[in-house]
Amino acid sequence: MSLTHYLVLAAILFAIGATTVLLRRNAIIVFMGVELMLNSTNLLLVTFSRMHGNLSGQVLAFFVMVVAAAEVVVGLAIIVTIFRTRRSASVDDVNLLKS
Amino acid sequence: MSHVLTVLPAAAGALTESGQTSTAEAVLFWVLGPIMVLAALGLLFARKAVHAALAVVLVMISLAFLYVAQGAEFLGVVQVVVYTGAVMMLFLFVLMLVGVDRSDSLVETIRGQRWIGVLAGLGLGVVLAGVVGRATYGTPAGIEEANAGSNPAAIAHLIFGQHVFAMEVVGALLVTAALGALVLTHRQRLTRKVGQRERAERRLREGGYPVSLPAPGVYARHNALDVPALDPEGRPIEASVPRVLRVRGQEADAREYAARIDRVLAGGWATGAGTFTSNRDVDDPHGRTAPTPGTPGTDATETDDEEGAR
Repeated sequence: MSLTHYLVLAAILFAIGATTVLLRRNAIIVFMGVELMLNSTNLLLVTFSRMHGNLSGQVLAFFVMVVAAAEVVVGLAIIVTIFRTRRSASVDDVNLLKS
Repeated sequence: MSHVLTVLPAAAGALTESGQTSTAEAVLFWVLGPIMVLAALGLLFARKAVHAALAVVLVMISLAFLYVAQGAEFLGVVQVVVYTGAVMMLFLFVLMLVGVDRSDSLVETIRGQRWIGVLAGLGLGVVLAGVVGRATYGTPAGIEEANAGSNPAAIAHLIFGQHVFAMEVVGALLVTAALGALVLTHRQRLTRKVGQRERAERRLREGGYPVSLPAPGVYARHNALDVPALDPEGRPIEASVPRVLRVRGQEADAREYAARIDRVLAGGWATGAGTFTSNRDVDDPHGRTAPTPGTPGTDATETDDEEGAR
């Protein structure tokens, strides 16, 4: 088995995450789709790091994880705030700016 | 133990001469890969948000396995601790906060959005997998040399050496994110906090009953649930019988008991035991009136019928 298999797996996971963002309405599930995309990118980075024999890819993946954690905190806080005011967690209901 | 620790990092992520992985790693990949794809599809198709979250947890744990197998032990552990342990549990908390039973509406706000989305996702997957899978990469170098010593130590040298500024910035970002979450979820209290003292004072102001209601049967001759308590003057207190019994009309007749008290006060008691026994034999209202629920005895069958009818 060559390392390309890891890359293909990461690509498949990324595509599934992107499809989740496109199709689902629940804001929390959409958010989990974003997390899935970030994770698949991390897998890609780790595999590339192994291909090149260079740890920079892993360091980058580490930073991606930290930034993703910060993003989750703020994003979930926004979802909770929207839910409190609009009683809904659906991305379709947030349309106050629609003319 | 130390022997295992030193051997393990070198073994993880080892490649053959031609750049192929070991058989063990291939087996691990082919076991975990389909599981991960299925779990990711579970995120896409699960109707309940909690199921989707658990599927993502499965994907993330499998990813941690793959990281360790690829010689990224540090990232594998961080993946479990940060993603599975912190991030996904945060997701679950928010799911509980927002309401677990809420599922997606199936109404399309943009017509044909579903098919466009499926098409776009499939196209993205095919393009990405095609490009990534068909590209030529050259012989993989393997991670063993870079991992010399141990993987966490090598990563620490990089993070606190070459990337130390990025590390500091990321720390500031984390603090900012925590503060942002605090500000976003903070709720201004518009009214004064109502405590126990305020609640008690309000109840007294409104003329409510300040203490708990008397228990049934207090000062009466019987302490069954359906016998009202008597106040010091011998009058029955209706409120002492449980509300359910009163609504169903199953409380014992309070006047009957009051009359008996009057009789006793008038000297009926002093005439001897005969009065007492005749009282019990002749006008014991308890046995004749509606049965008390839950009391066994002659009326047990009737009570059972009632229970069944309800």
